[in-house]
Amino acid sequence: MATDTTVRTVQFKIYRYDPDKDAAPYMQEISVELDPSDRKLLDALTKIKAKEDSVSYRRSCREGVCGSDAMNINGKNGLACLTDIDSLAQPITLRPLPGLPVIRDLIVDMTQFFKQYHSIKPYVVNNTPAPERERLQTPEEREELNGLYECILCACCSTSCPSFWWNPDKFVGPAGLLAAYRFIADTRDEETNERLDNLEDPYRLFRCHTIMNCVDVCPKHLNPTKAIGKIKELMLSRAV
Amino acid sequence: MKVAKRSFDAVIVGAGGAGMRAAVTLAESGLKTAVISKVFPTRSHTVAAQGGVSASLGNSEPDHWTWHMYDTVKGSDWLGDQDAIEFMCKQAPQVVVELEHYGMPFDRTDEGKIYQRPFGGHMSNFGEKPVRRACAAADRTGHAMLHALYQRNVRANTQFFVEWMALDLLRAPDGRVLGVIAMEMETGEITVFQAKATLFATGGAGRIYYSSTNAFINTGDGVGMAARAGIPLEDMEFWQFHPTGVAGAGVLITEGVRGEGGILRNASGERFMERYAPNAKDLASRDVVSRAMVTEINEGRGCGPNKDHVMLDITHLDADVINKRLPGIREISIQFAGTDPIKAPIPVVPTCHYQMGGIPTNYHGEVIDNSNVVAGFYAAGECACASVHGANRLGTNSLLDLLVFGKSAGESMIEFIRKEPAAMQEIPQSEIDKSLARVNRLNNQTNGSDVNETRLAMQRTMQAHAGVFRFKDMLQQGVDKILEIEKAVQQTQIKDKSMVWNTARIEALELENLIEVAKATIISANARTESRGAHVRDDAPDTPERPNGRDDANWLKHSLWYREGNRLEYKPVNLKPLTVETVALKTRAY
Repeated sequence: MATDTTVRTVQFKIYRYDPDKDAAPYMQEISVELDPSDRKLLDALTKIKAKEDSVSYRRSCREGVCGSDAMNINGKNGLACLTDIDSLAQPITLRPLPGLPVIRDLIVDMTQFFKQYHSIKPYVVNNTPAPERERLQTPEEREELNGLYECILCACCSTSCPSFWWNPDKFVGPAGLLAAYRFIADTRDEETNERLDNLEDPYRLFRCHTIMNCVDVCPKHLNPTKAIGKIKELMLSRAV
Repeated sequence: MKVAKRSFDAVIVGAGGAGMRAAVTLAESGLKTAVISKVFPTRSHTVAAQGGVSASLGNSEPDHWTWHMYDTVKGSDWLGDQDAIEFMCKQAPQVVVELEHYGMPFDRTDEGKIYQRPFGGHMSNFGEKPVRRACAAADRTGHAMLHALYQRNVRANTQFFVEWMALDLLRAPDGRVLGVIAMEMETGEITVFQAKATLFATGGAGRIYYSSTNAFINTGDGVGMAARAGIPLEDMEFWQFHPTGVAGAGVLITEGVRGEGGILRNASGERFMERYAPNAKDLASRDVVSRAMVTEINEGRGCGPNKDHVMLDITHLDADVINKRLPGIREISIQFAGTDPIKAPIPVVPTCHYQMGGIPTNYHGEVIDNSNVVAGFYAAGECACASVHGANRLGTNSLLDLLVFGKSAGESMIEFIRKEPAAMQEIPQSEIDKSLARVNRLNNQTNGSDVNETRLAMQRTMQAHAGVFRFKDMLQQGVDKILEIEKAVQQTQIKDKSMVWNTARIEALELENLIEVAKATIISANARTESRGAHVRDDAPDTPERPNGRDDANWLKHSLWYREGNRLEYKPVNLKPLTVETVALKTRAY
């Protein structure tokens, strides 16, 4: 749409590592010419890849709902498809999400992240025989799920959390705990107690020290710290 | 090259809505099931669906599945098969309620029922006035649905092969399907997945066009694999151009925006849909609205300095309604149009969105070749053609399609597998070798063509030669160009030769699938010399003898494109529903 036809050159420093040929990771300097219609960081990466096909990253929807293209951008986790190129200082430095093993370039191994998500039983448990029609839920009850169900599992939050860096195998992490509270908050779920038991542990929940990096980086503007706080409150009120 | 082998009762390729709905049914039945997906399941493109899933629940006003069926047949411009359409519309309430039981966070009415909003082409009482039929979770229905289905699969312990790219379908000499061969992206290693029943749920191929609402991953892998394995592709000339893609960016703005009261306006601010669809107005079906928009633009009434788009206006809606019902749209508009829709209208343009055609199936999800069932092979969702969408799909019917046919395919597979002997048929080595040869060709290609440039050439050709309006001369030229580009696709070269997570290799393999879809599309479109639904040609204009340019005497039939020799065959449309009266042929008007 833009009528401006000025081409601009943007400088990048990109983390590169291919275990098939590289002894160690290195930072590669790349510059790329962009059209005015190239607004987002993912547009720039697409242009870079067209020139140099070995630059590797995940991407899919390019509109911030699939959660594929999370990476560390100038030191902060975010989605390439939702980050404005012109908002970034150059050279734009791209690294893989911190705290997870790197498979290649900007692609990390997310096994541990998903393992923690799976550990909270991420599904509604309701053993009452299902009615013929939908289970009823008031608009107010449904509203409790807002700010929770929208998570796209991009891992920006968990991989910005120092507690998750130190104990990725023991601490559920902000994404997993946000999901845990999503099911606790759902009036259709009958396992609140079991869910709290599952988290009552010095590591699984209580490693959150409210550093709040998760809130700062979430590309969907969700607040895992708040959800974690609510779980802690429920545990307290259950104890007394 | 060393090839490992694994055996399953059922193999599903694709972990979007259709694949995961089928997986729930199969995994809960106790059969050994594998789901292969080139992305983590919740990254599949179902996640991007926004507005809703249709079902005549009647939660806000009276509704009936026969009205839904009538609307779907009319929307399809009578090209849909009425047995499959009846099956889908009748099943809709049940599959939507099941999804709610799985934990889907639908919005709610004051009585606590699933919230429903109006959507294009969905009417009450056989076409009278818009009805609230689209069951919604804000404007994130696809996201909520895909996550709920993934979560149900976690509960069912479904075995996923995440970030594996299926390469080819494997068939016995008698045509029976024996499984697929696939590549693990992390290692580049290749494995044969032997199965008694194989389901393709690989989604659409919107990336054959330059401007598309579709994700990068929508490259028609299943459709391409089926074509290479000799399966015909049905009705591939019919592509839906969604009226409201963000101008310039292509990102989707749901029809739910118009369902909530949004209005399309031209440069003078006129609500032009009143002239094209006096009854349904902005909620006419998508092909009608897209053509109206392009007509406005072509006649000089477009907006912006280049007069190349129109405006979607919701500034008259309450900010609370926008924040509650359309929060994702507001975000997308700010991100990709630089506009806050509470304050200013959104620039939009028709954008390639959905593939109505695909792998031919019946309503059981069984793949049909020349009226014979292909033993062991199933397809569901956008890659399949049941055919419920015919020449034009109604909004919200795609999410419904993948629930209904994902489930019915899963059930058909269970029935088939249980009748099969325990021992599986041997896979001919020649089938495996054919697929390995493609990978080897790519790895060893020198002096070849550039993947990116070749894909761009294909996309620009499809955009120019097979868009919203189609022209006789342009179609013929388009066929020639695409056949020329195909030669370049067969000689692509990659610089990256790594075995580890080689996305250059994946993109080259995807292009080999895309080109099959592009050929099927433009060759079928060139041959169909009528206008129907989303396929409208200049040499088949609206006349008193042939309203809307539709030619039922010659073209009330499905196209079948075979890859070998680019052969076209045709089969009749099934006008006979399962239990009710035929929805009789009529001129389509909204």
